[in-house]
Amino acid sequence: MMLAATETLSPLTGGWFLNNVWLAPVVPTIGFAIIVLFGKRLPKKGSEIGVLSLLASLVLASGAALQWIQRVGSAGESQFVSPVVRTWKWWQAGGADFTIGQHIDGLTVVVLFVVAFISTLVQIYSLEYLRGDRRYTHFFAALTLFSAGMMAMVIAEDMILFLLGWEIMGLCSFMLIGHWWEDGANSRAALKAFFTVRTGDMGLLVGIAVLFFAANEWTTSNLGLSGFSIRGISAWALSGDPNSTVILVAAVALFIACIGKSGQFPLHTWLPDAMAGPTPVSSLLHSSTMVVAGVFLVARLYPVFYTGLDILGPSSNVIMVIAAITIVIAAALAFVQTDIKRVLAYSTVSQLGYMMLGLGAGAWLPAVFHIFTHAFFKACLFLCAGSISHSASHHSFDMKKDMGGLRKHMPITFAAWTVSTLALCGVFPFSGFFSKDEIIDNVGGNGYTFFMIVGLGGAFLTAAYMTRATYLTFFGEARGASAGEHETHGDDAYAEHATHSSPHESGALITVPIAILAVLAIFSGLFNATPFGESWEYLKKWAEPRAVVVAEPYAGGPGASFVITVPRAAEGDDKSPCGIATPVDGVCYAPKLNHAKFKWSKAMLSLAIVFAGIAISWMLSSALYGRRDRRLVGLTQRNGLARAGYRLLANKYYLDDLYERGVVSNVAGPIARAAYWFNQFVLDGILHGVARFTRALGRFVYRDIDQRIVDGAVNASADATKTVGATVQPIQSGRVGHYGALLFATAAVAALVFVILYT
Amino acid sequence: MLTSQFLLLGAVLFCIGVYGVIARKNAVLVLMSIELILNSVNINLLAFALRNGSADGHTFALYIVAIAAAEVGVGLAMVLLIYRNRRSIGLDELSEMRG
Repeated sequence: MMLAATETLSPLTGGWFLNNVWLAPVVPTIGFAIIVLFGKRLPKKGSEIGVLSLLASLVLASGAALQWIQRVGSAGESQFVSPVVRTWKWWQAGGADFTIGQHIDGLTVVVLFVVAFISTLVQIYSLEYLRGDRRYTHFFAALTLFSAGMMAMVIAEDMILFLLGWEIMGLCSFMLIGHWWEDGANSRAALKAFFTVRTGDMGLLVGIAVLFFAANEWTTSNLGLSGFSIRGISAWALSGDPNSTVILVAAVALFIACIGKSGQFPLHTWLPDAMAGPTPVSSLLHSSTMVVAGVFLVARLYPVFYTGLDILGPSSNVIMVIAAITIVIAAALAFVQTDIKRVLAYSTVSQLGYMMLGLGAGAWLPAVFHIFTHAFFKACLFLCAGSISHSASHHSFDMKKDMGGLRKHMPITFAAWTVSTLALCGVFPFSGFFSKDEIIDNVGGNGYTFFMIVGLGGAFLTAAYMTRATYLTFFGEARGASAGEHETHGDDAYAEHATHSSPHESGALITVPIAILAVLAIFSGLFNATPFGESWEYLKKWAEPRAVVVAEPYAGGPGASFVITVPRAAEGDDKSPCGIATPVDGVCYAPKLNHAKFKWSKAMLSLAIVFAGIAISWMLSSALYGRRDRRLVGLTQRNGLARAGYRLLANKYYLDDLYERGVVSNVAGPIARAAYWFNQFVLDGILHGVARFTRALGRFVYRDIDQRIVDGAVNASADATKTVGATVQPIQSGRVGHYGALLFATAAVAALVFVILYT
Repeated sequence: MLTSQFLLLGAVLFCIGVYGVIARKNAVLVLMSIELILNSVNINLLAFALRNGSADGHTFALYIVAIAAAEVGVGLAMVLLIYRNRRSIGLDELSEMRG
């Protein structure tokens, strides 16, 4: 096999952007501070600072991406393209240095670019969408801080900064979901999101601690890096040094964090509720960027999961199982939603399942590619939903009540939605096809046939529920608000922006970001278009770390060489992490992964499944929603009597019943109820326990600490002041003579002291 | 020694001035006592200036005379206003403090 250490290595190019891309999170952080401190006094209420700081980040991220591509180009064919790392010492404790710094590699530049790009577009969109909102400035402040947090996490050199960015995102998510907190449901949704994600975050803390204590000794002595360093952890995980139980615990703990953040089963419940936030927030945080943080964590520390969970091993692992469950249950739930954003939310959960499935099955690059493409088309779908509610349906998101027939009124939104939907369904040649099909293909290619079938089933469901949502929104007859009916909203938080009028296309600040994203939803798949041959696999070339042995130039001092012993190294077995069977001097930072060979026959199968999903769903939708008696629309949803009468009508409605009630409620109902039970009794039980404890603690603190100690100290100082005051009061007699006497007495005493001291 | 006699005169005048400031109730008399104190200081300055053969003390004395004039001007204006408001210039009656 290849031995990079013996080759002549070409020098890698760097560049200003690669060295200084750490500014990408710093600029929005400063922007956040300016918005919070001075935002309300600025002419555009702080929004200009947000947009400008993110544009600066976008420039930095794009420059870094271009220079990274040059760097990859300057490397030899099988040379390891070392990340651009810069660190600064932050603080010191217990003999350990805590550093912050940047770790720029292919994965970083991909995700950094996506975050900066979509953040910028969403901020521009929000200029119009939230115009006149009562907390306009705060909204932009939180949105800017969120982007800073996400970018800090993406460029993090070590797990400390990673954790910091991760938690900043959690906080901003909470603030933005509860943006319209006057409505109790919104603040409940914000709390639910925050606490559910926090439950998972415990796993992140535990995982980081376990990794530090397990890896620190090895990384310090062999690489001169701390046990928090991502480079160190990656090399350690593949070195053969880790105890298999310890690294399993670490991987599972980290994966629990990913379950919380990326909305995997069973902690996915917060994500649909998070749609209570303004639509730009849903688009940015809860579909395209923040929720992929969990996926990013797995991709970032892939060697840990690779070794810990035995990825590519003969049996299925926890990531794949969870991901497969998530794909199916989320897709099934998407069928029974009437809220367009909730359909998209479940779709996001399901697509995150695909990414996790890819990572769990050893399809690292397809999963990262799916992060990339999914971000564009899902952000676009959400922004379309926002455009509809902004300009057509009077801030309602109810597809059945307030939408329908909108394709004539909103041509740009309709075109963008259609393109993104086709991308999401995975129709050739839209971007989703290239990424999703690659995941499914590679899962099968690595020998996990069952999970490949689950992925194909998920693709069918995706196509079906997106067709249903598209039909309800854009086809059929206009209903409710989109038909021009006016109804008063009890919720005054929404009533502030935009006057209600008949459906129309949104303004340029909304349609331009949508159009840009729609274009990317079509073409971003070409960044790794496996069907067109090896030369089109740009992302594979640029982003996938190469599994080669690196004789460390920055290892612990000169002459520091050591031997990696390969875990699964047997005779002639190239399944060892670096693809080598014999121990070699050096370390390797990435496991060797396989890539399935693209075959049109397999792609045709999945395309056929997708088209079947679209066709079946279209027929059912037009039968159910298009041709039925208009007076029955609302009644059939909940009213059993109406449904019984409605069953008597025509035979085709039995199909509807089968579709709505029979299949979905029988399949999804028990799961939903079980999830609800779990949520109510297990998760909420934990929450209530914590709350009760906090209340007791609060009462104790109030009675014994606040009342007795704190207030006691305050009262005592007041009493002391009063006593002193009463004592010295007679001096202030108000009589000039007394004052004169005091003055001269003091002068005399001072003179005496002076005389005594200096004679 | 000439200097000590000057100083003695200054000290006597200073004490009389201090007594006047403390003991007198009439505001005009208090002002006059302050003048006494200032002039006792002048005498001291002049005495030391003579002894050291320097002009510094004279200069200071001239300053003090000028400042004393200004001070008396302000003081008398205040006394006049107090008198207009209260028909009395007794300092003991000026206090408005309670408690």
